[in-house]
Amino acid sequence: MAMRKYLFLLIIFSMQIAPVPAAPITPGANIEGLDKRVQRIAEELRCLVCQNQSLADSDADLAVDLKNQVREKLKQGASEQEIISFMTERYGDFVLYRPPLKASTVLLWFGPGLLMIGGLIALYRRLRARVAPVPEPSLTDEERARATALLGGIVDNKNNSGKTRR
Amino acid sequence: MHRWLWPLAIFAVIVVFLGVGLTLNPREVPSPLINKPAPPFELPQLHAQDKTFSQKDMAGKVWLLNVWASWCASCRDEHPVLVELAKSGKVPIYGLNYKDKRPDGIAWLKRFGDPYVLSAYDVQGRIGIDYGVYGVPETYVIDKQGVIRFKQIGPVTPEVLNEKILPLVARLNG
Repeated sequence: MAMRKYLFLLIIFSMQIAPVPAAPITPGANIEGLDKRVQRIAEELRCLVCQNQSLADSDADLAVDLKNQVREKLKQGASEQEIISFMTERYGDFVLYRPPLKASTVLLWFGPGLLMIGGLIALYRRLRARVAPVPEPSLTDEERARATALLGGIVDNKNNSGKTRR
Repeated sequence: MHRWLWPLAIFAVIVVFLGVGLTLNPREVPSPLINKPAPPFELPQLHAQDKTFSQKDMAGKVWLLNVWASWCASCRDEHPVLVELAKSGKVPIYGLNYKDKRPDGIAWLKRFGDPYVLSAYDVQGRIGIDYGVYGVPETYVIDKQGVIRFKQIGPVTPEVLNEKILPLVARLNG
């Protein structure tokens, strides 16, 4: 029984070890690194056909073509910046998931921050107003007497300073 | 009273922003190529394989470049408009047959009519990428200096033709 168990483990381990390949020796082209770079750039670019997907996520015909183009440019030694500007020259800033900071995108970049600051200021003022509430004027003796009469004598607290719960 | 003023003002601003957003068409990505020189190309022709066509051949003329393919359903919608336009002779139309099979493209034109002076054959879609094509059909108006003046994304409708393209062509020719 134990023998069998060990054999089983041996098989499992050898399975994990066996598939590790020798590093591919292809001079000049690190295939795995290239794939990763293509992937990274494609994640930054929007697919124009299916607009809520990145190029990396999309299998649309044009997305595949554009990914091939990215790969080819990388092989030719183009920098990421060069590839990004290649795309924006053709498809505009729309292809970028991170829009560049421009006059027309200022609101996009800083709008959320401004909204948050505005909200925090409003909240701060609200809370401060609560800490120092305006004291309500206390009842006159006449009003108190009337209230007591109406309530049938249940409440008759002369010590009430007028600061009541809301 | 003015307790309600602030929320109301904020609400109004949001409504305006969302309202503008609703009227925009996200399918129409503004092309950065407007008022830029048409990207250079030299492609084999669809019919005459051994001949080429280049945007340079059109220097000094106002012309339309229409990107089409036999697999493209909306191309069929706009096709009668283009055939009519070609008959009127108001502006020459050149085709860019995009990622198509040559026999399919030729057969398609035979069946539905050929409005093009000629079609360039872009089998890999390379020139399409240079022109920022992302949804066929697309149509470019290119002026005498070889500058792109207008781009129609999607089918050319009679309205677009009569209200935008033809007045623009007349102005560029004038």
